[in-house]
Amino acid sequence: MAAFRDGIRMAMRGEVVEVRDFAPATTLLDWLRLARRRTGTKEGCAEGDCGACTVVLGRERDGRLVYEPVNACITLLGQADGAEVVTVEDLGAADALHPVQAALVAHHGTQCGFCTPGIVMSLFALAHDGGAPSRQQVCDALAGNLCRCTGYRPIVEAAMEACAAPVADAFSAREAETLALLRRIGAGPGAFCGGERAFFAAPASEDELAALCLAHPDATLVSGATDVGLWITKALAPVDKIVWLGRVRDLDRIEDGEGELSLGATVTHARATPALAAIDPDLGELMRRFGSRQVRTAGTVGGNIANGSPIGDLPPALIALGATLELRKGDHIRTLPLESFFLAYRKQDREPGEYVRRVIVPKLGPNDRFRAFKVTKRFDEDISAVMMACRVTVEDDAVTAARVAFGGMAGVPKRAAHVEEALLGSSLGEGTSWRRAADAVSRDFTPLDDHRASAAYRSQVARNLVIKAMAEIAGAPSSATRIAGWREAADAAE
Amino acid sequence: MPPSEALRAEEPALRHVRQKLPHDSAAKHARGAAPYIDDLPEPEGTLHVVPGGAPVARGRIVALRLDEVRAAPGVVAVLTAADVPGRNDISPSHKDEPLFAADEVLFHGQPVFAVVATTRDAARRAARLGRVEVAAERPSVTVEDALERGETVLPDYAFTRGDASSAIAGAPLRLDGQFRIGGQEHFYLEGQVALAIPGEDGAMHVHSSTQHPSEVQHVCARVLAVPDAMVTCEVRRMGGGFGGKESQASTWAAMAALAARVTGRACKLRLDRDDDMAMTGKRHDFRVDWSVGFDEEGRIGGVDMEFLARCGCSADLSQGVVDRTMFHADNAYFLPELRIGTKRLKTNTVSNTAFRGFGGPQGMLAMERVIDAIAWRTGLDPLDVRYANLYGEGRDLTPYGMQVEDHDVAPALMRQLEAQCHYRARRAEIAEFNAHSPILRRGIALTPVKFGISFTLTHLNQAGALVHVYQDGSVHLNHGGTEMGQGLFQKVAQVVAEEFGIGMDRVRITATVTDKVPNTAPTAASSGSDLNGMAARIAARQIRDRMALVASGMFDVPPEEVAFRDDRVFAGNESIAFGDLACRAFQARVQLSAAGFYRTPKVTWDRAKAEGRPFYYFAYGAACTEVVVDTLTGENRVVRADILHDVGRSLNPAIDIGQIEGGFVQGMGWLTTEELVYDGEGRLRTHAPSTYKIPVASDVPADFRVALFDGANREDTIYHSKAVGEPPLMLAISVFAALADAVHSVAPGRVVPLDAPATPEAILKAIGLAGAA
Repeated sequence: MAAFRDGIRMAMRGEVVEVRDFAPATTLLDWLRLARRRTGTKEGCAEGDCGACTVVLGRERDGRLVYEPVNACITLLGQADGAEVVTVEDLGAADALHPVQAALVAHHGTQCGFCTPGIVMSLFALAHDGGAPSRQQVCDALAGNLCRCTGYRPIVEAAMEACAAPVADAFSAREAETLALLRRIGAGPGAFCGGERAFFAAPASEDELAALCLAHPDATLVSGATDVGLWITKALAPVDKIVWLGRVRDLDRIEDGEGELSLGATVTHARATPALAAIDPDLGELMRRFGSRQVRTAGTVGGNIANGSPIGDLPPALIALGATLELRKGDHIRTLPLESFFLAYRKQDREPGEYVRRVIVPKLGPNDRFRAFKVTKRFDEDISAVMMACRVTVEDDAVTAARVAFGGMAGVPKRAAHVEEALLGSSLGEGTSWRRAADAVSRDFTPLDDHRASAAYRSQVARNLVIKAMAEIAGAPSSATRIAGWREAADAAE
Repeated sequence: MPPSEALRAEEPALRHVRQKLPHDSAAKHARGAAPYIDDLPEPEGTLHVVPGGAPVARGRIVALRLDEVRAAPGVVAVLTAADVPGRNDISPSHKDEPLFAADEVLFHGQPVFAVVATTRDAARRAARLGRVEVAAERPSVTVEDALERGETVLPDYAFTRGDASSAIAGAPLRLDGQFRIGGQEHFYLEGQVALAIPGEDGAMHVHSSTQHPSEVQHVCARVLAVPDAMVTCEVRRMGGGFGGKESQASTWAAMAALAARVTGRACKLRLDRDDDMAMTGKRHDFRVDWSVGFDEEGRIGGVDMEFLARCGCSADLSQGVVDRTMFHADNAYFLPELRIGTKRLKTNTVSNTAFRGFGGPQGMLAMERVIDAIAWRTGLDPLDVRYANLYGEGRDLTPYGMQVEDHDVAPALMRQLEAQCHYRARRAEIAEFNAHSPILRRGIALTPVKFGISFTLTHLNQAGALVHVYQDGSVHLNHGGTEMGQGLFQKVAQVVAEEFGIGMDRVRITATVTDKVPNTAPTAASSGSDLNGMAARIAARQIRDRMALVASGMFDVPPEEVAFRDDRVFAGNESIAFGDLACRAFQARVQLSAAGFYRTPKVTWDRAKAEGRPFYYFAYGAACTEVVVDTLTGENRVVRADILHDVGRSLNPAIDIGQIEGGFVQGMGWLTTEELVYDGEGRLRTHAPSTYKIPVASDVPADFRVALFDGANREDTIYHSKAVGEPPLMLAISVFAALADAVHSVAPGRVVPLDAPATPEAILKAIGLAGAA
C-alpha cells in the first residue's frame, strides 16, 4: 500500500486542510463541531433526515466547480477528501450577510433558528446552481430541511428572491483558484489512512479498488454513506475498515447508448436523474422524490442496489425495465438480471471481495409503456410504503409483455409474476381485463404490517396501483388519476 | 363606533410597536452565530451524560447489571436512583414520576441509569452495555387496556349543564359515534439538552433548553436536596419548544445536575433524537365517544362527549391539558344542554405532556367532527351548521359558565373569510368536479377557532421583569419569559424601546435566568407577550417616571409633560438626549433599575365548583382549506388555504404572521402525516424523522393566503394585542374537515369514519368503510 498517501485533504476557506489520524467512522459533523469547534452546523437527527447539519461540498464536475449540499451527520470525514468544505460560518463577510442569509432575515424566515444554518447551506447550493428556480424547484431543494416553526412560506419566498439572479459572491469570484486548489489536492494515487485493522481507504482506480476488496473482503464499501452513516450514528456499529469509492473515476460513468443506459455504481442519484428521466417522466418524478437533495447528492445508484433494502426505490423501477447488474471480483466480471441479485431480506448475491460495478438499463421501445408510483405518508423525503413500477408492451390495444415489480411488499424488491401473467393478453379497451390482473397481487405478495403501513393497506394499494397504471396506459390523463407528478406537465416542460 | 375603531383612533404614532421588525436573533441564526446550549464553550473537563432506558414497558426491576458499563472506556460514573441525594422525583406536581426507575418500570425506555463519560460517544457506547432485568408484565398500551384495568393518573372530571341525555333523546335528530385523535411529537429541531456547572457551597448553574426555568430550578434543587436558592437556571434560546420543554426539560437538567454533583465537574446531557422521542412526552391522544341531538336546521340541543385521554405513565400536566380539552370542546358553539366528561387514563407509555394548544385542539377537533356529522346527516352545508350553532345574543354561556362577551367576533370573522375566499362558489365548483372525477376527489371546509387565553391554573398568570438603564442610556432587558423562536424577546424589546422612546439598538436583550427574575410561570399558554410585555412595561415606566422627574426639575416643567421620543427627552421647549438624562439621573442619585410585576386581572377559576372566569379573553380565527384526495391510494394534498386570524392589534405583524403560518402547518402535520405508532409491547416505532413525518416545504399549499383580522383586544392587554402562540394551530382543523369532505363525496349522506391523523392509509380505510356502509 506504499503508493497510497496516508491522509485526506480538503479545502476550507481557500486553505488546504490535511487530516491524518482519525477514526475511520468519524462523521464530518462531529469533526466540524468537536475537533474544529465550528458549531454553526447543528445536529438534529443524526440520520440525514432533518438537514440541520447540511454543509456544502465543492467539487469539480465536468470542468466546472459545483456546490452540492450533504448531510454532514452521515457523511464520513474521509468523504470530504478532494472537496472544498463550506459551512454556514464561511458565507457572510464580517459586515455583510451572504445574499441567501440576507433574504432569510428580510423575509422573516427564521424563528427558533436551529434549522436555519442547514437551510442557508441548501439555499447556498441552490443559488450556485444558477437559473431562477420555480417554487417547485425551491421546495425540492428544501425537501431535506425540516423546519418546525415557520411553516416554510417565508423560507420559500426568501429562496426565490435570493436565487432569482445568478449569485455573485466570494465563492463565485474565486472559482478559478478553488478549481486549481481542488485539482492539486485531488491528484495522485488513492489514500489509505490508518492501519490494517482500522482504516479509511480511498482508492483512485478500479484496479486499486479490486485489490483492496480482495485484501480486505470484510471491509465496508462506502459510496454515499446515506445508509452506512446510520449504522455508525444509530447502531454504533463497529465500522472499522472502510473503502470509499468516491475517487474511483471508472465507476462514475454514465454511458447513454441508443438502446440502453449504463450507470456506473458510484453515479449519484442526482447525476442519474436526467438520464433516467429521459427514459420516462415517471422515472424523473421518482428520482425527484428520492430522499432529499442532500441524499441524492451523496447516495449512488450502486449503493442503493448493493445495500439490498426491500424498499430501495430504484431496484423495482430498474427491475421493471429489465436491468442487468455487473459485478467484479479481482479480475473477474459477471452479470446477472437485477432481480436475481436480491436473494432474501438484506441478503444479496455478492461474494466477499466482490463489488457492484454498474447497472445496464434497457430503454423503452416504441410499444413500451412505463409507469412508476411511490406511495408514502408524506410526498417528499419519505420511504415508500409501497413502490410499484411496470413496463408494459402494447400491440394493437393488447398487452403482449409485462414486467411489474414492487418494493415494500416483500423482503426484497420483487416481480409480481401472477400480475404479469394475468396482464398478458388483456385489452386496454376493456377495463375488466386489467382490473382482474390487478387482483392477482394478492397471489404474489403477503406483505407485512409495520409503522409505515398495514399489510391490508399495502395489498390494497398495490392492487390499486396496477389499476391506476393500466388506466393511464389505456388513455386516462394523469391529471385525472394522480395528485403529483403529472406526466402531461413533464411533457409540456420538454 | 365599534370598540376596535375607538381604540385605533386614540392611538398615537408608534415607532417600534406594530412594526414588522425581524426577530432579534435573525441575522445570528442565518450566520450560524446564535449559540444553543450544545454550542456553548465547555468548561474544562466537561463530562457527558447519556441515559439508559428500561427494555420493557411494565414490570418490576429484578436486577441492574452495570459492571460492564462501569468498565467501559471513558466512563467516569454510572448513576442510578441510589445516587439521588434528594427526592427521586421529577414530576411537576403529583410526585408520581421518578428521575430513575428504582423498582417499578412505567414505560419502555424509561431512564433507569445514566452513564457519565469523558465523551458523548463513550457514554453512548457504554449505555448500551447496561442490562436491566425486569419481571415483565403485560403493559397497558391503549386507552382500552387502561379502561380494562381501571387505571388512571387523575380522577375523572366533567362539565354538565341541564340533562344532556334527555335533550339528545328528545331532539328531532340524533347521531352518535366514536372518533380517535392521534398524539403528536413536538419535533423541536434542537433536542433536549442541559449543561450543569457546579459552583461553590453546593451551588449549581444549569443551562437548560426549557420553557420553564423556575421548574428546572425547583426540580434540580429537589433532586440534589439543596434549597432553591442554590440552583440557577439559565436559558438564552431554545431551538423550538412547542410545549415539549415545559415540564419535560426537568428530567435532563436534573440528570446533568446530579452528574455534576457526583463528579464535581461540568456535565452536559444532550439526548439523541431517538432517545428524545422515546423518553419524552407528546401531545395526548384520545378516543372520543359522542352523541348529539339536533334539529333540521342543524342546531344542537344536547351533546354528550366522553374524552378518553391516554395520559401515559404519570400525571405530568394532564390535569391542565385534559381540562383544556373540556374548555374547548365547545369551540365557538353554544351547547344548551351538555355533558363533557373525561377519563385520564394511565398507560405504560411515556407521560404525555404540553403541546401547543395544550389539549384544546383535541376538544375542538372533536366538536368540529360532531358539526360535520350533523351536516352530513341533514344535508346542510357544514359551514351553515357552524353558523347556526355559534355563540350569540342570549346564547353566550360556555359549558364552564363563563359568558362570551365578544360573541360578535367569530361570526364577523367567518363571514369576512367566507366572502374573501369565495367559499360558496368554490363549493359548487368542487361538487361539479367531483361529479366527473372517479379517482380524484376534492373537498373544502371553513372552520373557526375560539381559544381561551390565560393559564387555567390561575396563579400562573403572573410575570416579572428586570430593567436597567445604564449611564450611557443603554438598556438591559430581562424578564421571566423564554425565547423558543416565537419572537417573544423581540416583542418585549419593542415595548421597552417604545416606552423609553429610544432605538431598538439601545435595548440589550438578555438570557432568562432565575436569579434575575424569580418564581416565573412557564412560557406557555400563549401568554408570553401578554404577561412579560406588561411586566417589562411596568418596570420601564417606573424608571421613565423617575427620569421624567429629573427632567422636570432640570427644565421646570410638570413631570407629566415630559415626553420620551426619538432618542431624546422633551420638556417644554427643551430637550436632552436620553443617554445624557440617564447620566444626570445617576448623578442625582436616582435609581435606574426597576423590577416590574404583572398579574392578569379578572381571571378566577374554581375547579371543584366548575365556576368562574378562567380566561381573560378569547383569541379568534378561521381558516378555509381545499384539498384533493386520491381515492385509489389515500394520498392527499392541500391545494389552497385562506386564513383570517385575530391577534388584536399586533405588536409585530411579521412575527404574528409567522406564528399563524407555523401553527397552521404544525397543526396540519398533526392531522395528516404525523403518526405515532406504538407496538403491542409499548415500544414507539416512529422515533426518528425517517419514520415520523412532519411537514416539509412542498406540503405547504402553494396558494396560502394569510391575513390579520382588523380588531383590537377589548381587554386592556399590552397595546391591545392578543396572544398568538397556540390558537393558529387549530386553524388546521379545516384541513382535516376538508379531507373528510372529500371522502364524504364518495358516499354522500353517510358519516365519514375518518380518524386523525388522516394518513393516506386512514383515508383509504375511511373510503372503504364509507363505501361499504
